[in-house]
Amino acid sequence: MTMTMAHIRSLIFVIFAGLTVAGCGYNTIPTLEEQAKAKWGDVQNNYQRRADLIPNLVATVQGYAKQEREVLTQVIEARAKATQIKVDASQLTDPDKIKQFQDAQNQLSGALGRLIAVSENYPDLKSNQNFLALQSQLEGTENRIAVARRDYIEAVRLYNTELRTFPGIIWANTVFRGNKPMAEFAASEDAAKPPQVKF
Amino acid sequence: MTAGRASSAVGRRDMRPIIAIAALLWAVAGAVALNFPALSGRVVDQANIIQPSTRSAIEQKLADLETKSGIQLVVATVSSLEGQDIEPYANELFRTWQLGEKSKNNGVLFLVAPNERRVRIEVGYGLEKTLTDALSKVIIVNAITPRFKTGDFSGGISRGVDDIITVLTTDAAEWQERPSLRLDNQQTADPASWLLLAGLIALITMLIVSRTFRWLFFNTLLNILVSSGGSRGGGGFSSGGGYSEGGGFSGGGGSSGGGGASGSW
Repeated sequence: MTMTMAHIRSLIFVIFAGLTVAGCGYNTIPTLEEQAKAKWGDVQNNYQRRADLIPNLVATVQGYAKQEREVLTQVIEARAKATQIKVDASQLTDPDKIKQFQDAQNQLSGALGRLIAVSENYPDLKSNQNFLALQSQLEGTENRIAVARRDYIEAVRLYNTELRTFPGIIWANTVFRGNKPMAEFAASEDAAKPPQVKF
Repeated sequence: MTAGRASSAVGRRDMRPIIAIAALLWAVAGAVALNFPALSGRVVDQANIIQPSTRSAIEQKLADLETKSGIQLVVATVSSLEGQDIEPYANELFRTWQLGEKSKNNGVLFLVAPNERRVRIEVGYGLEKTLTDALSKVIIVNAITPRFKTGDFSGGISRGVDDIITVLTTDAAEWQERPSLRLDNQQTADPASWLLLAGLIALITMLIVSRTFRWLFFNTLLNILVSSGGSRGGGGFSSGGGYSEGGGFSGGGGSSGGGGASGSW
């Protein structure tokens, strides 16, 4: 009987201690870290979704505007470069890697903007149903990218703030010593803005 | 060289709390910057451009849509976008109102800003495959903006709502096959709720019978309360304005990631 009482008491102690630690924000750092990583996943998926639209878009434009070879080649090259750079969740603390990713994607945004701009000169292309559908999908994807980027920036801000403020800073300097602040996107909104398309 | 780098590193560390506080203040300021109208019903006509008769007809259609499919479609007109583009404005408004069910994210926001001459259909995560960007654009270009151009806001909004509902309900046959998905057909309790009831009875019995369990239970409860209050660390700044208030109608916790399309006239 006394044995079981002691058992129960130690069990209660363990649970209680666990809960107390949780109450001090022990879980907050890993939770926020996972959230930021998940948001990064969304960012990357949306950029990938944009890259997936491009072959179809290029093929459609080519059918009407063969002479715009230079712009088309730029888009294809920028896409190839952008899809090569992948940032896994463990590399998010590396600002250089993020910058590389961002630069490649910005280059693709620029090339796409030019492609949409030159397609204005081809009335047949502009009224092609397939092109219009692709264009609206591209606009939608650019907007999703903007939303995903904002969400990621916010998640990183929360995580980095937690690492630097009380009580998170205690855990950041003891148990989670390996956790470094994540690199923030230089939120250059201009570069991330969807290309303006007028009908 | 090394000394310089070390001192600058120290300097940067000293700055950290200040940066953190500044970031926090900025976030609070950012959260209150936009003045969203309250979610007072399925049609929120802040800009006052919809005729009363059209309005009640639209409200009825939107209510029918939700009873049939669970989809929350809300029409909003705003008098100002407060200097924002319509895309981020619509996304934030959608998330503030939390349209659609939390587990399905099946909400749609049809937003009109007559003073900026912009319109947007913002689609919740769960409906992106049905009401695609391309279809949203087609609805805006064909049904909505031609009527807005002639000043017929009621007609444009009404046709837009009809077309959105048509797109959303084309797979109506699917609901007929799965009665469990229909909100109007749930008289019988499912096993999950029986299990919940059994668990509750067991919990109450344990609370009455065992003193140790009582102690443990209330301690746990206390700890959960403490941890949810304490671990936020500057979290509680979600403005949540129009949510939960407003004449028996509220969002269900849904979110959107920027799906849909926008247009202008």
